[in-house]
Amino acid sequence: MPGLEDLYREIILDHYRTPRNRGELDPPAVSAEGYNPLCGDEIRVFIIVKDGVVSDVRFNGSGCSISQSSTSMMTTAIKGKSVDEVRKVVRRFKHMMTIEEDGDATPVDESLNLGDLEALQGVVKFPVRIKCATLGWNTLLDALNASSQT
Amino acid sequence: MTLDVARIRKDFPVLQREINGKPLVYLDSANTSQKPQAVIDAMTSFMETAYAPINRSAYQLATEATDLYEDARTKVARFINANKSNEIIFTKNATEALNLVIMSWGRANLHSGDVVLLTHLEHHANIVPWHMLVAERGIQLRWVPLTADGQLDIADLDTLLNGVKVFAFTAMSNVLGTITPVSQLCAAAHRAGALTIVDACQSVPHLSTDVRVWDADFIAFSSHKMCGPSGVGVLWGRESLLDELPPFLGGGNMISDVRLDGFTPAELPAKFEAGTPPITEVVGLGAAIDYLERIGMQNVRQHEMQMSAYVLNTFVQRFGDDITIHGPVNPEQRSATFSFSFRGIHPHDLSQVLDQHNVCIRAGHHCAKPLMRVLGTNATARASFYLYNTEADADALANALDSASDIF
Repeated sequence: MPGLEDLYREIILDHYRTPRNRGELDPPAVSAEGYNPLCGDEIRVFIIVKDGVVSDVRFNGSGCSISQSSTSMMTTAIKGKSVDEVRKVVRRFKHMMTIEEDGDATPVDESLNLGDLEALQGVVKFPVRIKCATLGWNTLLDALNASSQT
Repeated sequence: MTLDVARIRKDFPVLQREINGKPLVYLDSANTSQKPQAVIDAMTSFMETAYAPINRSAYQLATEATDLYEDARTKVARFINANKSNEIIFTKNATEALNLVIMSWGRANLHSGDVVLLTHLEHHANIVPWHMLVAERGIQLRWVPLTADGQLDIADLDTLLNGVKVFAFTAMSNVLGTITPVSQLCAAAHRAGALTIVDACQSVPHLSTDVRVWDADFIAFSSHKMCGPSGVGVLWGRESLLDELPPFLGGGNMISDVRLDGFTPAELPAKFEAGTPPITEVVGLGAAIDYLERIGMQNVRQHEMQMSAYVLNTFVQRFGDDITIHGPVNPEQRSATFSFSFRGIHPHDLSQVLDQHNVCIRAGHHCAKPLMRVLGTNATARASFYLYNTEADADALANALDSASDIF
């Protein structure tokens, strides 16, 4: 059995205890809601896309340490990046989480450094928790899609 | 009489299992129960010696298989004190049993504006099909609220029942462990002219069941929570009501005639058992009932009340205000299923840490999201005890909980 130290790395617990970019953004920011039907976790991600750049991002909701910290780290990783770059980060992160989706047009950029997010690598050893780690990311994708339609 | 739990534990092969050199502490029986050797043997033996189609072939093997399948129906009828075994309908699970009665009865009898009464305790299986009828028929849902300690608040029940066509409620909460006053609720519903549907999924495995004492109209439960296999559930209904009910699933076995211009349904119980049923699983359910009857449901209940008292006492002694136990605190008013919140640690994280100690609990919304909202949370941790659990299991749970605080 993999040890809990693989899952609950200090950087993860730090983001759980002190989440970054927690809160809401008013319109014209767009938002999306995500649910983990297994455990009841709920997350809402707010983004402002200006001139093709995610200029601001916030999240709220409630969930376990993995979903909360993963979303917190996600917000710091994408803020200020272009939508194309953000999609590459999402693709790279989901690839690390062993999630490959059919028909995903964005290629995986293995050279992309995920920084603190690499700490979530250990989640893969606990397959049930992959859904926790990706909840905020899937919600971000929904928000990006909503943003591109406005 | 108290249960010889050490002996009972030997009946369950999986409880002998160790993971990483430590024993398994299985506290998820409200989710699904473990299986005794007697059930495993009955199913294996059936498949080795008597497996055949039922109700449709003339050879001896098929006759034996049909007899064993129908014997199980008789056992189920006796177990819940039904008047007749043809009032027992085998389904895929309790969810399908509830859907059968809700959809079949509902479509035939409910019209726009009709009111259905449910409770805040309900499992999604007794909520979502009604929501589907709201969309399909324009019916209205009304809800019985809860008291602060998680019991049904029935102070205004007669008012709530006013004009209600059907009252569908759980006999035992899968989240809070609350035991509801089924006989009283059925009597009140009948006085108001309403039909009753009882979700007995949690109660049948843990309490003696007597549908005549309850005076319910329909009840649903599943095999897998009562030491039987998954894949089979039960709908019981009054014969007169089942006779009037239109068929739910159409296909083989459920007809007496099929023509180019229509069909004539079969008599009970075949009318509601379309297609090849879970034959081996039904035989397994029969063996599970034999097993529970040998032990005695009164003894099971007695043991679980003792476990409840021990768990509640242990939690309070060791954790005080650090633990919030949802639901009734009197063991006589509850099952040995405990939803709790602990030191602000998210239930998912808690169950992950507990897993390191082989302590198996459920974390999440327990298919009762409306109840979670009433409790003001998204998720709880839930430990549920059954006839094979001991005080040592409760201690292992408490020790594992303590270790979780070190991480978070």
